[in-house]
Amino acid sequence: MIPQTFDYVRARNVGDALKALAAKDGTKVIAGGHSLIPLLKFRLAQPARLVDIGHLDELRGVTEVRRGAKIGAATTYRDLLESKLLAERYPIIAEVTSGIGDLQVRNKGTIGGGLAHADPAADMPAVMLALDAQLVLRSKRGKRTVAAREFFQGAFSTAMAEDELLIAIALPPLPRGAGTAYVSFEQAASGYALAGAAAVVKRSRSTVAHCTLAMTGISDRPYLVRAAEQLVGTQGLPDAIEHVAAQAAAGVEVNGDIHAPADYRRHLAVVAARRALQKAFVRSKK
Amino acid sequence: MKRTVSLSVNGATRTAEVEPRALLAHVLRDDLDLTGTHIGCDTSQCGACTVLIDGRAVKSCTMLAVQAEGCQITTIEGLATNGNLHPLQQAFWEKHGLQCGFCTPGMIMTAVDLLAQNSNPSEGEIRHAIEGNYCRCTGYQNIVAAIQAAAATLRGATPARAAS
Repeated sequence: MIPQTFDYVRARNVGDALKALAAKDGTKVIAGGHSLIPLLKFRLAQPARLVDIGHLDELRGVTEVRRGAKIGAATTYRDLLESKLLAERYPIIAEVTSGIGDLQVRNKGTIGGGLAHADPAADMPAVMLALDAQLVLRSKRGKRTVAAREFFQGAFSTAMAEDELLIAIALPPLPRGAGTAYVSFEQAASGYALAGAAAVVKRSRSTVAHCTLAMTGISDRPYLVRAAEQLVGTQGLPDAIEHVAAQAAAGVEVNGDIHAPADYRRHLAVVAARRALQKAFVRSKK
Repeated sequence: MKRTVSLSVNGATRTAEVEPRALLAHVLRDDLDLTGTHIGCDTSQCGACTVLIDGRAVKSCTMLAVQAEGCQITTIEGLATNGNLHPLQQAFWEKHGLQCGFCTPGMIMTAVDLLAQNSNPSEGEIRHAIEGNYCRCTGYQNIVAAIQAAAATLRGATPARAAS
C-alpha cells in the first residue's frame, strides 16, 4: 500500500514528459517503477504527480551506433539480456544484468530508472563507469550529455536537474579485443552489492594496453579506481593485478553497516577487484 | 482522486474506480475479486503476487493499476482453458509442488514466463528463474520437479525427464 496520494499522467511522447517536468511542481518520472514504488510505500519519495514514460517506444530498445551502441532509458533489464548487439559487443552487460533483482524485477525494471535512482549499492553504475557510458539528458531547455563518471554525485543523487529526463545511454566502442568482467559479493537477502567490481582489460601482444576498474557498493557512489592504469605496461601477472586490486578502496570513505562493517567491505572490494581484473585479463585477446 | 481504469484481464475488459496510488495487486483482489493473486510481502521480494503483463511475469505489488492500462494481464484464474488445468497447474498437483499453497499462484505464473522462453530448462535454470518467488514451507524440490514435468508435457514429451 502507498500511504500518500498523488496524481498520474501518462506521457504520449518525450515532449509531453519534458513539459510535465518543466512545471517543477513535484513531478517525478515513473518507467518500470521498481525503484520508485518501493520508495513511495515508505514515504521516502512524496511526489505530487507521476509522469509515466514506461510505454514510450522511442525510449526503448538497443540500437547500433557505429561500433558502439545506444540504449533507450526505458529499456527493461529483460530487453538488455535479449539484445544480440549487447551480447556481442558488451558481454559485461548481460553478465551484470542477469544478477539484478530477479526474473520479475528484470521484466519491468529499466536501466535508465536504475541509473537515475543512483542506489550506491546498485550493480549497473559500476559497469557504466567501466564502459565510459555517456548519459543523454533532455529538458525543455535542451539536450546535454553527461559522462557516467560525473553523473553519480552521492547516494541517490545525480547530476540531473529537476526538469531533466534521462533518455538514453550511449556506449562508446570497447578497445578491440578487450576483455570485460563484473564480479560482486551480494547482500544475501536484497541481492545488492556489498562490493562490486567492473573491469575492462585490453592486451597488446604480451602487455596490458588498457585497463579500467570501477567499484560499487563501497561508498556513497560508484567510482573509478585510478590505480587501474598501473596495470598498463605490465604483463598482467597475478602480482601486478594484486597491486592494483589492493588499491580498490584506497582513499575512499568506506560504508559500514549491519551487513558489512567497513573493514570487511574494504576487504571484499579488494577481492572483487582482483577477481574482476583476472577474469577480464583472461577474456582479453592476446 | 479516483479515476476509471479499464484493464484487460484474462481476455475480458474490466473497469474499476481507483486512485493512481492503487497497486495492481490490490485492484485485482479487492476490486475485481480475483483473489488467486496473493500478497505476501508487499515489498517486491516474495513473488506471491506475480501475474503476467503482456506475457511477462511481473510482481503486481510493484505496479500501479494505472500503469497496466492498455496491457494484457493474465492471473492464475486465466490459465485453465475450458475447465482443463494448465499443464503447470496439473503438474503442481501431480508432483505435490506445494504445501500450504500460498506461493503457488506466483510460482506458476513465473514458471509460465520461464517455459515460454525456455522449453527445456535445466534444474539450475529453473532455480534461477524462481529466485524471486519464496516458498516458506521450503518445498522447492517438488516445485522444481513440477516445472520440469510441465515443461515435458508442453514439449509433448513423456513426463519423466531424462536425468541431465
